[in-house]
Amino acid sequence: MNSIKKKPTFVIAVTGINAIDSPGPGVAVIRAIRDCKDFETRIIGLSYESLEPGLYMHDLIDKSYQIPYPSAGTDSLWERLEYIHKKEHLQLIIPNFDAELFNFIKLENQLKLNGIATYLPDLKQLESRDKVKLLDFGKNHGFYVPEDYIIHEFKELKKAVDDFEFPMVIKGKFYDAVIVNSTDQAEKAFFKIQSKWGLPVIVQKFIKGTEINIAALGDGKGGAISIVPMRKLYITDKGKAWAGVTLHDESLIALARKFIAETRWRGGCELEIMLSPDGKPYIMEVNPRFPAWIYLTAAAGHNQPAALVKLAFGQKLEPFGEYEVGKIFIRYAWDLITDINEFHKISGSGEL
Amino acid sequence: MRVRKNIAANEEGFLFNPTTGDSFSTNSIGVEIISLLKKDISLRDIVDELYEKYDVDRALLERDVEDFSLQLKEFSILE
Amino acid sequence: MCILPLLNNQGILKKLKLNEKNELNLIMEKQRYERPFIVKLNAGLMNKFGTRAENQPVTHIESVSIKGLLKEFGSPLFVISEQKIRRNYQNALRIFKTRYPKIQFAWSYKTNYMNAVCRIFHQEGSWAEVVSGFEYDKAIGNGVPGNKIIFNGPDKSDNDLIKAASNQSLIHIDHYDELYSLIRLSEERNLKPRVAIRVNMDTGIYPKWDRFGFNFENGQAWNALTRILSNSHLELVGIHCHIGTFMLSPEAYKIAARNLCELAWSAKERFGIMIQYIDLGGGFPSINTLKGAYLPGSDTVPSLDQFADAITDVILGYGFKQDELPLLILESGRALIDDAGYLLGTVLATKRLSDGRRATIMDFGLNSLFTSLWYEHKISPAQKMSDQTEEMIMFGPLCMNIDIVRESITMPMLQKGDQVVVHSVGAYNMTQWMQFITLRPNIVLIDTENNTHIIRKAENLAYLEQLEQLPEHLK
Repeated sequence: MNSIKKKPTFVIAVTGINAIDSPGPGVAVIRAIRDCKDFETRIIGLSYESLEPGLYMHDLIDKSYQIPYPSAGTDSLWERLEYIHKKEHLQLIIPNFDAELFNFIKLENQLKLNGIATYLPDLKQLESRDKVKLLDFGKNHGFYVPEDYIIHEFKELKKAVDDFEFPMVIKGKFYDAVIVNSTDQAEKAFFKIQSKWGLPVIVQKFIKGTEINIAALGDGKGGAISIVPMRKLYITDKGKAWAGVTLHDESLIALARKFIAETRWRGGCELEIMLSPDGKPYIMEVNPRFPAWIYLTAAAGHNQPAALVKLAFGQKLEPFGEYEVGKIFIRYAWDLITDINEFHKISGSGEL
Repeated sequence: MRVRKNIAANEEGFLFNPTTGDSFSTNSIGVEIISLLKKDISLRDIVDELYEKYDVDRALLERDVEDFSLQLKEFSILE
Repeated sequence: MCILPLLNNQGILKKLKLNEKNELNLIMEKQRYERPFIVKLNAGLMNKFGTRAENQPVTHIESVSIKGLLKEFGSPLFVISEQKIRRNYQNALRIFKTRYPKIQFAWSYKTNYMNAVCRIFHQEGSWAEVVSGFEYDKAIGNGVPGNKIIFNGPDKSDNDLIKAASNQSLIHIDHYDELYSLIRLSEERNLKPRVAIRVNMDTGIYPKWDRFGFNFENGQAWNALTRILSNSHLELVGIHCHIGTFMLSPEAYKIAARNLCELAWSAKERFGIMIQYIDLGGGFPSINTLKGAYLPGSDTVPSLDQFADAITDVILGYGFKQDELPLLILESGRALIDDAGYLLGTVLATKRLSDGRRATIMDFGLNSLFTSLWYEHKISPAQKMSDQTEEMIMFGPLCMNIDIVRESITMPMLQKGDQVVVHSVGAYNMTQWMQFITLRPNIVLIDTENNTHIIRKAENLAYLEQLEQLPEHLK
C-alpha cells in the first residue's frame, strides 16, 4: 500500500521556559522542535515559577504545569510527573536546567517504565564535568582546563591568591563567577559566593582570550551527531551572549568531537571555550544540556533539538553535514501581554 | 477598618490589589472573612458567625481571626 | 444522653441527639475548621505543586499507632523499631557477604548505646566497637566476649589497656604514647595484647581526619607497624582506619582500602606475617539531608552497594591468595540505626514573628534532637490535615535562641496539640542528647511482634539529683 504516511504526533514536555534576561533554553528548544517538518508535536511546558514567559506563549506551548523545585527531591518530582502524565500521556521529557538534571537522570528508568523517553547523559558523565572536578577531567582526557583551587575554608584562599596572578576568577559550586583584581576583592567575592552557594568555592586562573561556545549533540556511543561553534559577538553584563555568529574552525570541532567520544556523551551539551592568544582552547565549563542560543543551530541547518527528539524515539541518525557559517543570532526582548487571571491560574492551580 | 473598595476575592481564593499591584492567595475561610469584612461586619460578629459554623475552640478562633486581620492590614488589603 | 452519628449521602456528618426533654433532635455537625490563611503571590515563591509527598501524614510506626504511643508514654517520645534494625543489619550483611567471603560487623556503641539496641545487634552477630572505658564495660555487661570487642579512640587509661589486654580484646592503637604505654604495661605484667593500629590518610575528602591514628603518607603508620612487629609482647592482628563521617564518596573508601592493603602486603613481605583483618571503620551515611545540601539525602546518598563494591573490589583485586584474604571488619553505626529511630512530639504553640513569618514551637528541641544541628530532618504530621501548607520556622521549647529544629519547613497548618514524627533520628541522638532545661523523655522499642517496651525511662527530678551533694552549710 502506498498511502501517504501520516506524520506521528509526539507529546513532549520541556523545562527551562524562563526566557528572561538570562534565559533558560526551553523556549529556544521548543522553537527548534516546532520547526521540524518530520513530526507533529504537542508541547507541554514545565515551569518552576509562575512568571516564566514560556507559560504565557500559548502558540508555542500547548499546556503548562508547575513542577516542584529540584531541592524537593525525586519523590516529589515523580509524584507531580505522574499526575501530568495521566492527563497528557507524555512521550518525552527534555530537561534544560543544570540543577534539575540529577533528578531526571535518577528517574530515567522509572520514566521509561511509564513510556516516557529521555535522552540524557548518565550520572557518571554528569559528574565528570562538574566544576569541582573539571581540572581532573581535563588532565585525564588531555584537554586544556584552567588551573584551579577547590577551597573548603577561608584560610586556603591565601594560597590560591599567592599562587595565581591577578586577575583571577572566584566561582560558586553551582553558579556565579566573579573576576577579582586584588586580595581584598578576592576575599569579598569568596564570602559573597560562599554565603550563596556554600562550600567549596573555586578559585580559577584567569584566561584571557576569545569566548567561543560550542553546542553539540552526542549519540551516547561516542559519536557526535552535530557540532556547531559560535563566537559571542556581544555579551550582557552577566556574561551571556547577546549576539553570536556561527564559525568554522576545524580545531574547535575536533575538540568537541573528542569530548563527545571520550565521555560517550548522550544528549545535548555546551562547551564554553576560551581561545587564548597563543591559540590554546581552554575548556572553561561544560554545561550538560543545550544552551539558550540553541535555535541558532537549527537556523544554520543543524536542528539539534529535533535530532534529539528523533534519537530519543530510537531513530538511527547519521551525523549532520555542513552547517551555515556566518549565521547570526541577536537576542531581543519582547513584552508579552496577558491578564492577571492567567497569573492567578498558574499560581493557584499550577496549570495553564 | 474596612476592605479597600476594589478588592475582592474570587472563588478560588485569589485577590488582586489594584492599588499596589500585589496578588494574594487565601483559603476558603479567608474568602469568607474578607467578604464579611466587605459588608462592614465587625471582627467580633465575624467570630460569632464562624463559631456557629465551624468546629473550633472559640479562643483559638478569636486569635486566628485577629492574626488574619493583622495580616490583611500588613498587606494593605484593609484600610 | 446518647449521640448517634449518621453519614448522609453527601458525606456530611449528622448526629441524632436526645435533648433534655428526651426529644430526638437532628443536629448538623459543624464544619471542619482550618485556620484562615493568606499569602502574597510572588514569582520567586517556592510553588507548592508536588510537595504533597513530603506532607503525607504518618500515623503509625510499624503497626503501632502514634497517637496511642504518645498517650501511653508521653510526649516527646523516642521510638525505635527492632524490625527495622534487624532488617538494616541483615541487608548490610548480605550486601557485603555476597561480594566478599569474610565479613564481620562491630556495633559502634557511641552511635546508640541503649543496651536493648546493642543486644539486638549482638544477637544478629555483631561484635562491639567501643571508644572509652565506660563503653567497654557496657559491652562486657551486654555479654560480648572480650575477644569480640574492638577498643578504638585516643582515650584509654592504663587500667583500660590492662583490662582489654587480659580479655584478648582488639586494641586499636591511636598514637605513640599509647603504643609505648602498652609496651611498658605488657612487659611489666607479661601481657600479650592483640593490637592493630589506626591509620589516617588523604582520601581526597574534606575535612581530612588526621587527628586520629598514624599517618599513612608520611610513613608514620609503617614505622608504628614495624615497632609493633619487632616487639615480642605485642601481637599484630589487624589494621584499622576510619576516614570520616557521613561520607558521600565511595571513591574515598577505595583509596582507604588500597592503602590498608598496601600496609598489610608490606608486613607480609618484610616480616612474613599476614595480618588477620582489615577494619575500614564506619562513616557510611544515612538518608538524612545535611544542612546546606541542595538535594535531599534520600536522592544523593550513595547506596551501601556502591560502598561495598568500592571496598571489596580493591581487596579482592589486590593480590592476596584466597586463603590469606583478611577478614573485613566494618564499624557501621549511623547507616544501620538512623532510620530505625523516630522522635514523636507535640506542638506547644504557634505564633507569628515580627517579620510576618509563622513560627511553631515544639515540645522537643536541640536538647533531645541534637542532630538538628547537622540535618534538615524530615518531619511529618502524625494526623490527617488539610492540603493547605505554609512555610514556618520550627523552634524547640528551650529558652535559648539557638533552639531551632528547622530553619524553614513547609508543613500543613499546625496548631497547638498537633502531633508530628521526626524521621531518622536513631543515630547519635540517644547518646548526645542533653539534660538541659527539660528532662529526657522515654525511649520505647517496638519489637518484631509490635509489642512496645520502655527501654529507657523518662528522667525525673530524683534521678537527676541522685548524684548531687549539698555541703553542710547549705542544707
